[in-house]
Amino acid sequence: MDIIELESWELALAGTLVVALAACTLSARLGVARSLLIAAVRMVVQLSLVGLVLRELFKANNPWGIGLIALVMLAVAGREVSARQKYRLRGMWGYGIGTGAMFVSSFAVSVFGLAAIVRAEPWWDPRYAIPVLGMLLGNTMTAVTLSIDRLTSSVWNSRETVEARLMLGETGIEAVSDFTREALRAGLIPVINSMAVAGVVSLPGMMTGQILAGNPPGDAVRYQILIWLLIAAGCGFGMMLAVRMTARRLFDERDRLRLDRFCR
Amino acid sequence: MLQVEKLCFLDWGPLSFSVDSGECLGLSGESGSGKSLLLRAIADLDEHGGEVLLDGKNCVDQPGAAWRGRVAMLAAESRWWFDSVRPHFPGGADESVFSALGFAGSEVMDWEVRRLSAGEKQRLALARLLVREPRVLLLDEPTANLDSRSTGLVEEVVAIYRDKQKVPVVWVGHNEEQLRRVANDVLRMQGKQLEEA
Repeated sequence: MDIIELESWELALAGTLVVALAACTLSARLGVARSLLIAAVRMVVQLSLVGLVLRELFKANNPWGIGLIALVMLAVAGREVSARQKYRLRGMWGYGIGTGAMFVSSFAVSVFGLAAIVRAEPWWDPRYAIPVLGMLLGNTMTAVTLSIDRLTSSVWNSRETVEARLMLGETGIEAVSDFTREALRAGLIPVINSMAVAGVVSLPGMMTGQILAGNPPGDAVRYQILIWLLIAAGCGFGMMLAVRMTARRLFDERDRLRLDRFCR
Repeated sequence: MLQVEKLCFLDWGPLSFSVDSGECLGLSGESGSGKSLLLRAIADLDEHGGEVLLDGKNCVDQPGAAWRGRVAMLAAESRWWFDSVRPHFPGGADESVFSALGFAGSEVMDWEVRRLSAGEKQRLALARLLVREPRVLLLDEPTANLDSRSTGLVEEVVAIYRDKQKVPVVWVGHNEEQLRRVANDVLRMQGKQLEEA
C-alpha cells in the first residue's frame, strides 16, 4: 500500500485557504495578516529544507550527522523558550536554563526510549531517533516555556509578598514555593489534557502519519502510546529542572530577591 | 547589641551607629530620604557594603534567611499570602499577643485576610513578627494606618517586647513627637547621611 503523492499545485490549493484567511483578517483589522503569512511561508520553507536534510541523513546514516541535527534542534528550541518569556533572565542564563533543562530531559528520555524500548539497529537509526526527539523537544519546549513564564510573572507581580516572606526568615525557595507549585501545574496541564483526550477528541500527529503511510493501526497506536509516555516524562522532568533553576536564580547567595537579574 | 558599621547602599552612606540591647533608636527623615532602604540593608534584603553585627556576630557569617529570622523587619505595608490569618502563624500564637494589640482574642486567627482593614493588617503583621521571637526589631512606620488608641497599643507592645527580650529596636517614623516618646535616641536621615535630630 503506497501513499498517494501530493503534488506542489495540490499544496498550493491548501495554501489559498490561508491566503483567504489572511485577507479576512486584513479586512477585520486584526493586525495579524502579515505574521500569519510569514509564519506560513516559514513553515513551508523550513519543512522543505528539513525534508532535504532528512533524505541525506537517512542515506548517510552517520551518527555524527544525527548528533549535529539533534543539537541544532535543541538550540532552536532553547531560543524559542527564552524568546517567549515576558520576563527574561539577563545574559546567558535565560537561554541556558531552558536549553539545559530540555537537554537533560528530552535527550535523556529520547535515548532511554530508543535504546531501551524501540531497540532499532543501531539504536540511533535516524528513522526513529529524529521523529522521537522532535516530538519530545516540541512538547517539552511548550511545557518549559509555560512553567518558567508562569513562575517569573507571578514573582514579578508579587515581589512585595515574596519579600514579606523573606522578612519573616523564610529562604528564597520557601518564599516562592507556592509559585513554583503553580508553575509546574500550569506546565503539566496541557500534557495531562492531551493524554486524557488522546484518540477520542484528537488523533495524535504521529499516529495519523503512520496510518496515512499505510501501517496497521495497531502498530501506530503502540508507537503513539510510547511517545505520549515519553513526552509526559520529558515535560515533567524538564519543567521541574527549569523551574528549580529559575527559582534559584531569582535569589542570590544571601537569599535576596534579585529581580534586577530579569528584564522585560 | 546591633552594630552598623560603614553601611553603604546605592549612594547612601557610609552610615555607622549602634543600638544597645533593650534600647530603641528612632529614625526620622522625609519621604524618599532612604529610611526604608536603610532598614532593608540592615535586614540584608538589598546588596550593601559595610558590616552589620548582632551581639558581635557578623551578618555575612550566617545564611541570609537565618539572619532575617533574627533581625526581623516589619514593612510599612503588610503583605498576606494565604486566604485566612491562621496559616500565617505556622507556629501558632498565644492569645495574649492578640489581646495586647486590641483584638478580642484568638478568633482573629480565623478571619479572612481580604476582610481586614489596613489598621488590622498592620497590627496583625506585628503579631506575626513577634511570635517568631526575633532578636532585633526593624519597624518601618508601624503605626502609619492606626488611630490613636491602636497607636498606643502598638507602642506598648513593642516596649514590653523590647524590655522583656532585651532586643534592640529601630523605629522609623514621620512623627517626631512619637519618636521622642518611644525611642532613647533619634537620628535623622538627611542628604544620604545620618545626623542627630
